[in-house]
Amino acid sequence: MMTIPLVQFIDVNKSFGGSPVLKGVNLSIYQGEIIVVIGKSGTGKSVLLKHITGLVHQDSGQILIEGRPLNHLSAPDRKSFYKKLSYMFQDNALFDFMNIYDNIALPLVENSKFPKDQVKEKVLERMEQLGLSGIEEKFPAQLSGGMRKRVALARALVIDPKIVLFDEPTTGLDPIRKKKIHSMIQEYQKKFEFTAIIVSHDIPEIFNVAQRIALLDDGIIKFEGSKKDILDSHGKIINDFIQGKDI
Amino acid sequence: MLIKFIEKFGKKILTMAESLGRIILFFLNGVMHIFTLPIQFAKIIDQTWFIGSKSIFVIILTGLFTGMVLGLQGYYSLVKVGSEAALGAAVALTLICELGPVFTAIMVTARAGSSMTAEIGVMRISEQIDALKTMHINPVRFLFSPRIIAAVISFPLLTALFDVVGIIGGFISGSIMLGINRHVYMDTIIQSIKVHDINGGFYKSFAFAVVTTTICCYRGYYTHLYSGFGARGVSLSTTNAVVQSCIAVFVFDYIITFFLV
Repeated sequence: MMTIPLVQFIDVNKSFGGSPVLKGVNLSIYQGEIIVVIGKSGTGKSVLLKHITGLVHQDSGQILIEGRPLNHLSAPDRKSFYKKLSYMFQDNALFDFMNIYDNIALPLVENSKFPKDQVKEKVLERMEQLGLSGIEEKFPAQLSGGMRKRVALARALVIDPKIVLFDEPTTGLDPIRKKKIHSMIQEYQKKFEFTAIIVSHDIPEIFNVAQRIALLDDGIIKFEGSKKDILDSHGKIINDFIQGKDI
Repeated sequence: MLIKFIEKFGKKILTMAESLGRIILFFLNGVMHIFTLPIQFAKIIDQTWFIGSKSIFVIILTGLFTGMVLGLQGYYSLVKVGSEAALGAAVALTLICELGPVFTAIMVTARAGSSMTAEIGVMRISEQIDALKTMHINPVRFLFSPRIIAAVISFPLLTALFDVVGIIGGFISGSIMLGINRHVYMDTIIQSIKVHDINGGFYKSFAFAVVTTTICCYRGYYTHLYSGFGARGVSLSTTNAVVQSCIAVFVFDYIITFFLV
């Protein structure tokens, strides 16, 4: 029996101000996997992610959620899908006016009916797991880039999501921090069994995290396969991209 | 040439209609969410402190000097017609009916409104508003609803403070500096001010609170549509928000006065 993808893009097109960004994207994302979308800057990788969250809507084509078109889902079904979803933004999108504790607790405080002490327990647990204990009262501006990433990750994971979207989670980090964030994603994906969709430039480091890889270029998915497939591939586009040549 | 002009004009009208529709929807969305449970008490108190309490010093200062100038100018104008005894009434009526609500709205817009636009604008360009959406938090409810209710609480109170301090300012220049009998000054105020005048001032301050807060929050929220992304976009939005709020205050002042007199 064929597995129904958790999220499936079928011929998705999107333009901004007349310039096409996605030109018929076809991509399948399966439950519980770590899929990495690679591609040059400005090829629409973040736009692709934002389609899943509903922040951006396609001009044409379909996005299926467990086989059902996202835009045909009933309001409660759509809400329940979005509630399973977390998004880690490229620049973290932490709230400058809130301390770290409040930043991480926000999705719980605003959406759940958890009592205060349960929220506190959950937030402190995530903070401890991500090595953030003791900085509850600090503000994002007082932290290093790596710590801010971890705070963003803690906020993304505090609601126990089933799908986590990572938009270039290691941008601007040094190689050691990059490695740490990658292993953190891997570790927590195993632990919490969420589906991870990662947009990244970090070639080849990200291949250690990825279970499947998709290459987005010129608005379409030009390659989709396992890490082994991509490394065995003799396709010019893939090889050029891995070697950092202009494609 | 003519067709091009009509095209351009028509496009402008359509853009304006679109903006007007968007701001009305934004306002209605924000007002509706004031009443959705749970009521955001902590945020309302926080914003009331920011808009109200933190504006007290500015309001006292501007109110005092406005009243003093009115006392000074009023005295030299009234003395020409031998009516300097009416100075108290002139100062108080001018402040309560007109200058109090208008100056308070302008000062609070300059201090708190600009900050609202800048803060929400920065949140927009740094994807914090998108982050709220991905966390299933309604950004209009989260950012605008507490601010509008806080403004509605703060503006009338600050206006009352402005009026009282202004009357004291008029007393300082009229009675203490220029020698008008202090009992006469106070008596003319008590006799000339009616509840209708006080209510009128409060209606105005209430309307100004709604209008200026809506414009400032709206400009920040849609900074990407009007002024573009980046620091320049936020600064442009902030300038536009303050200018448009001040214009709106004068326009609404005329409209309300027209219906009140």
